[in-house]
Amino acid sequence: MVEVMDEIKKSYVKLLLNNGERADKRGFFDYRTIESNKGAIQTSDGSAWVKIGDTQVIASVKFDVVTPFSDRPEEGVLSTSAELLPMASPTFEPGPPSEEAIELARVVDRAIRSAEIIDMKGLFIEPEKVYGIYIDLYVLDYDGNYMDAASLAAMAALRNAKVPAYRDGTLVRDGTEKPLELKGDALEFTFVKIGGHILLDPSLDEEHSADARLTIGICGDKICSMQKNGRGALKRYEVEKMVDVSLQKYNEMKKHL
Amino acid sequence: MSGNENIKLIVDGKRLDGRELDEMRPLKITAGLLNKADGSALVEWGGNKILAAVYGPVECFPRHESNPYKAKLSCRYLMSPFASKDEHGRAGPNRRSIELSMVLGKALENVVMLEKYPRAMIEVFIEVLQASGGTRCASLVAASVALANAGIPMKDLPVAVAAGKIDGKVCLDCSKDEDNFGQADVPIALAPRNNDILLLQMDGLMTKDEFFKALDYIEKSAPEIHRLEVEALRKAYEETDAQ
Repeated sequence: MVEVMDEIKKSYVKLLLNNGERADKRGFFDYRTIESNKGAIQTSDGSAWVKIGDTQVIASVKFDVVTPFSDRPEEGVLSTSAELLPMASPTFEPGPPSEEAIELARVVDRAIRSAEIIDMKGLFIEPEKVYGIYIDLYVLDYDGNYMDAASLAAMAALRNAKVPAYRDGTLVRDGTEKPLELKGDALEFTFVKIGGHILLDPSLDEEHSADARLTIGICGDKICSMQKNGRGALKRYEVEKMVDVSLQKYNEMKKHL
Repeated sequence: MSGNENIKLIVDGKRLDGRELDEMRPLKITAGLLNKADGSALVEWGGNKILAAVYGPVECFPRHESNPYKAKLSCRYLMSPFASKDEHGRAGPNRRSIELSMVLGKALENVVMLEKYPRAMIEVFIEVLQASGGTRCASLVAASVALANAGIPMKDLPVAVAAGKIDGKVCLDCSKDEDNFGQADVPIALAPRNNDILLLQMDGLMTKDEFFKALDYIEKSAPEIHRLEVEALRKAYEETDAQ
């Protein structure tokens, strides 16, 4: 039955696109309504609860004292994980992270890491001790495009983050925390290709109908990450269009940080 | 329950957060805030933030657990790695969360009319986003509202709150510090229509009189929690109607 519904929805989505329309009346390069609530989780060192349409994601940033990697003994450690909570969709199941959850965590992590916006050397405490930054992404409600919602939430949570001071072997959260210094903002923009049409911010039905998906990370005027998924192919001019739209949308998206 | 003698939890007859002994922390319930789930609720209670969502009735999984006489109720309580002020926790279930999932599920089974849905399954997912003492009671309140929000028939809308003992005195709805440094903790869930006890746990040391005083406090606060649950549901349906 699910398969039948999917096929009906797919043909409906395609029919609309051929008439230049989307089911929710958006333009092809329009986002749904975006809301961002920074500091939503008080037990974190930084957090944000982001909604893009009916998709909702919480990002939390927490600091810890950890042992550095042996090949980078003077650098902090960034660790990103994602949970596709079973409450977010009837298709998400409890258990260890799925391929999709791991991809989500890695793609969000990659944009932040490659943009080099966090001064990892600044996270050094003393030999064998550095700050660890844990970013947790919680997908609460899934109506397509958790990627951009998670990326925006992660960046907003980093902007919201306060670094606790290291005193006598532990982190102290007593009001002396300092804002995390960031050299820029890395944000991601996700497109799908459906029968030759390119759409920004796919809804769930559009995601199901997609031949291919491309997520582009932007930091300032540079590209900081890319991830293609789906079996469909992309043409060079399509990628160029998607990069152009991402660069244009960047400042608009930054307003939600 | 370390019973640390050095920490005073009652000063000049008031608790550290200024509450009376029989006073609850402020409780806010929002119903229906998730779109994909059949029902949902966010409970903000003191420093707790707990999200519950319900799917169902759905096909039973695993298949061999399906019952020809009634639905299976599956309840999953999980604490997020960022729920506490302390260090980053581990994701996924642990011994504590598995036990809590079970006792919460059993409490809910009492009121959910499972016999209406033979062979099916009703799933309750509870995520503790922020924890500050009393998460199991707050979780039960969230689950109860989420089940009603999903339109699952129930005999009653259960309520829950914990009582405890701090500085030798019985008190209602322990905060995190009171829980950590107090002498006892008694989380109880009730069916407000007849005060049936649906969930009961206790750890620490109490006399018989103290225990029943704790139950008195809980029974007295039940109608107020129930009123807030009903109000949250009414608000969710009024908003749906307005659309």
